[in-house]
Amino acid sequence: MSPELIIALLAAAVQAGTPILFATLGEILSEKGGVMNLGVEGVMALAAFAAFIVCHVTGSAWLGLLAGGLCGVLLCAVHSVVCQVFLGNQVVSGLALTLFGTGLSNFLGTPFVGQNTGGFRALAVPGLADLPFLGPVLFRQDAMVYLCYCAPVAVWFFLNRTSLGLGLRAAGEMPAAAAAAGLRPQRLRALGVLAGGFLCGLGGAYLSLAHTHLWTTGLSGGRGWVAVALVIFAFWRPGRAVLGALLFGGVMAFQLRLQASGTNVPSSLLLMLPYLLTVVVLVFCAARARRSGAPAALGVNIEPEG
Amino acid sequence: MTLIVRKREEPIGWGAPVIYLGALAVALALCAGLLALYGKPALGGMAVLFRGAFGQPHSLLDGLLKAIPIFLCSIGVALSFRMQIWNIGAEGQFALGAVGATWAALTFSGLPGPLLLPLMLCCAFLLGGAWGLIPAALRLRLGVNEVITSLMLNYIGVLVLEYLVFGPWKDPASFGFPMTAEFPPGGQIGRLSAFFGPAFGKLHWGLLACPLVGAAYAVFLSRTRLGFELTACGEGERVARYAAMPYAMLVALVLGVGGGVAGMAGCIEASATLGRLQPTIMVGYGYTAITVAWLARLKPWPIAFTAYLLAALRVGVEVMQLELQIPAAFAPILEGAILLCVLAAQFFLGYSVRLRDPARAGAES
Repeated sequence: MSPELIIALLAAAVQAGTPILFATLGEILSEKGGVMNLGVEGVMALAAFAAFIVCHVTGSAWLGLLAGGLCGVLLCAVHSVVCQVFLGNQVVSGLALTLFGTGLSNFLGTPFVGQNTGGFRALAVPGLADLPFLGPVLFRQDAMVYLCYCAPVAVWFFLNRTSLGLGLRAAGEMPAAAAAAGLRPQRLRALGVLAGGFLCGLGGAYLSLAHTHLWTTGLSGGRGWVAVALVIFAFWRPGRAVLGALLFGGVMAFQLRLQASGTNVPSSLLLMLPYLLTVVVLVFCAARARRSGAPAALGVNIEPEG
Repeated sequence: MTLIVRKREEPIGWGAPVIYLGALAVALALCAGLLALYGKPALGGMAVLFRGAFGQPHSLLDGLLKAIPIFLCSIGVALSFRMQIWNIGAEGQFALGAVGATWAALTFSGLPGPLLLPLMLCCAFLLGGAWGLIPAALRLRLGVNEVITSLMLNYIGVLVLEYLVFGPWKDPASFGFPMTAEFPPGGQIGRLSAFFGPAFGKLHWGLLACPLVGAAYAVFLSRTRLGFELTACGEGERVARYAAMPYAMLVALVLGVGGGVAGMAGCIEASATLGRLQPTIMVGYGYTAITVAWLARLKPWPIAFTAYLLAALRVGVEVMQLELQIPAAFAPILEGAILLCVLAAQFFLGYSVRLRDPARAGAES
């Protein structure tokens, strides 16, 4: 492999990892508060469409990005209401959300299949872009990738260095104790779900605004599920989520590159790689540590008194 | 004014149907709104949906036809949901079942029908079951979350099917279309109409599998010790181990047998409706099955009824596609919306909600 090819592959890995990282961080926020959200796949799919259509109509990629994030908030608000107000089972509600979100994305998006959108273009960072090796890999990307560099730090800071983040974690570990300490665990949980939804929405928006610049159905293609798996791989830590997202981005980029090069490996086998890797990764981190870092009250609803 | 939420002391009884119907109405209203957003007549569209689902001469038969695989997959997942094991891999198990059946049909094409069909069903059961045992083994050995593994195996299973149909098993006489050769006549499940006259349309003998599997499910759960332990294990792994119940064996059983039943559905679908393996048999029955199982609260008769109901809605959506050019994706929207609304409404089965007037509350205390 020539150095140029390696650089191109790594740059593509960063791009492919970006939506997954956004979604993984979003799911970490939600799960740290104790709410498992299996609707990420549906949220990403619908947010991708919301971002596409707003960018298509207004011509502004940033408005599209915002629309994607807000769409994520809206859809996760449904999950929050069903699970927190009506005490619905979190697994089932998440699955229903995925069904609904992907369905709605395909439904509303059907008339627009094949249409282009402006979206984000590569933007070299002055100075840094000329660094050898790192420059072309990290600093000749689009604005959303740069945004994504900040996201893990922001999520880490929020969770570990702010009192709100501490409260959120308390709501996920032991909501009763949090309530006894004068916090409002239900509100904190809702905050986690909605903020997480915003990040998942950004991940979805990346798919239509930067990854393809084109609307097709089935854009999310299982990335939401990969993100749910990566939360476990990351032991609920933003730093390790970066590692996981890069790993998956790498495999996806490699797989695409191989397909484009006209290899005689059947494409269905290549397409399997990310899904197989998800299983393998889960097996490896399960072998290392059981449920390490999982919030104690994850998936358990807070029941009303009386 | 504040809301008082109380746990119900007594089961709600006849209030339950009202709650379910209310939830259904909310979901349908939401979907009608989406139709309007799409620029189609909201009420007219829903009317077409219901006419297509229930009101046309062929509605009942078409609905039953689709209900067969949905019912079987649904029993498969309900079995594991009973013990809080989240097998959402019915779609992949269905695919692998179809693959297993196709392998048998193509390899032993010389066998007569009475031998070949059972062999195909066996292969489908084994392969679908094996696909279900993977998440079981990973969960039991390593504690890997079965939700994600079973879901990933859906994607992988569908790709396995596509690989075979686009590659090694492709029929040379198919003009490049991704499909296998037609199964030998002995490997095709016959239609009921051959015996009972044309009134039975495309309905096939695969229908027989439904009462058999449904009865086995009901008897297993209510009449056997293992079935009782299965439900008890739903209380949690620690409780189960404390009570010396065979937790690991039960996990393997529900995922293996559940996968096998979904695999049989794949065999029946490939053999009876297409007579060959094609990627078009993957239309998301495995996901609909999860909706059905949960809506029916995992009980056998309600599963049968709900499977037919959602199958009929799928038929209705097909009619909408034809008459109103509505995308097929309307079906998962309907299912997702119904599931979300019912899930929320089930709250009222266990809790009562009343308004409290602050003035009167003050007088009481």
